[in-house]
Amino acid sequence: MYLPDFEYFVPESIAETCQLLSQFGSKAKVLSGGTDIIIKMKNGLLAPEALISLKNFEQLRKIEYVPGKGVVIGARVTHNEIVFSELLQEKYLSVSNAAQQMATNQVRHKGTVGGNISNAVPSADLPPILIALNATVTVVGTKGERSLALADVFTGPNTTCLAQDEIITEVIIPDQEMNCSTYIKYGLRKSGALAVVGVAVALNVENNIIKDARVVLGAVAATPMRTKKTEDFLKGKEISEELLAEAGTIAAGESKPISDIRASAEYRRDMVRVFTKRALRKAIDEGRHI
Amino acid sequence: MSNVIIDRAGNKRYLVNITVNGDSYEKIVKGNSLLVNFLRDELDLTGTKRGCELGDCGSCTVLMGGKPINSCLMLAVEADGLEFTTIEGVASTNEIDPIQDMFIEYGAMQCGYCTPGMVLSAKALLTKNPKPTELEVRTAISGNLCRCTGYVNIVKAILAASGQEIPAE
Repeated sequence: MYLPDFEYFVPESIAETCQLLSQFGSKAKVLSGGTDIIIKMKNGLLAPEALISLKNFEQLRKIEYVPGKGVVIGARVTHNEIVFSELLQEKYLSVSNAAQQMATNQVRHKGTVGGNISNAVPSADLPPILIALNATVTVVGTKGERSLALADVFTGPNTTCLAQDEIITEVIIPDQEMNCSTYIKYGLRKSGALAVVGVAVALNVENNIIKDARVVLGAVAATPMRTKKTEDFLKGKEISEELLAEAGTIAAGESKPISDIRASAEYRRDMVRVFTKRALRKAIDEGRHI
Repeated sequence: MSNVIIDRAGNKRYLVNITVNGDSYEKIVKGNSLLVNFLRDELDLTGTKRGCELGDCGSCTVLMGGKPINSCLMLAVEADGLEFTTIEGVASTNEIDPIQDMFIEYGAMQCGYCTPGMVLSAKALLTKNPKPTELEVRTAISGNLCRCTGYVNIVKAILAASGQEIPAE
């Protein structure tokens, strides 16, 4: 398979990148890891006139802790860099584990977190856990920089609220009270499968009481979705098997799945019930509460 | 940025410097040329196979700075300045790699199409983790599809190449 012709740019600065994006408008696409866009170009789903490579931006390939800000993950950081990051394994193992569940080893070595978010695929593995951890993204465009909640980035399948001239430069996981988190996914194979259902949870548990909860579902709505009713239901309650099972049922009711080649809507909804319960259990068992 | 060459028709080409198996190549590529085609057609390194060409099967696996990637999903122009290992670079001049030796010993192939990618994924694993568990082996080759063998002998061969006991059937 060959790619259609396009003009290739490899800008030296982010300002130049935004300038090029603004100049070409919808005819330009950003190239980061390439593991999604090149497939779309091969399949004829995309035929950009200009491909703008982020290759030069080594500064976007760092994961670091910035006091007062949180863990800052550069947009060019690959999935495997998240998997093997000692900082993330130490502070947010759930994020490393979520990254490991994405695609295959080869794709994880190239696909980047910025790309995973920008593509806005409803079944993407990183957004649910990042939203559960209240992550924000920094977005840079020709008019300057802005910060927005990751949950607000997604507007529908494959669409985001980013303007044509904007790119994501970093993802920030803020310091927080949440002391248990996890992401589990149900795919049709152990490797290289898209999520049929993905469930991310972040909890603040003290003395067996859930003080705060965020439950985010992937692959069962047009965007990764927070389950507000489930979260409200869990808050302030004592942990029991019945509580977690009930939370699963509420989350299933909140989900808005569709039927597609991988699963029917009914099946997905039932899997939300099962996997929400399991995710809550796993987060609590592996958490750092007393 | 790599040097741009514009022909009379206005088409852009790029002068890239790519290191493959320790040899440095300066070549002119089009923006839309893929690394897998560059390796096969420009460098005649046809050990790297084209399979699904969509990043699912792993037959085009090469090591980029020691890490396995799908060369069908990378532009040759993006490879400028980087260092790669293909299956041709795994064996030294006189001897094959212990991984290749064990693939033969254990009959870890039938049609052989997945084998270069499989060996490279194994090579990357054993370089980083010389004594992997069976699960780690299976995880490492999870991006390499084999439709002939059922993976059993491949896993055995990789474990044997790491000098570990092979569990009996």
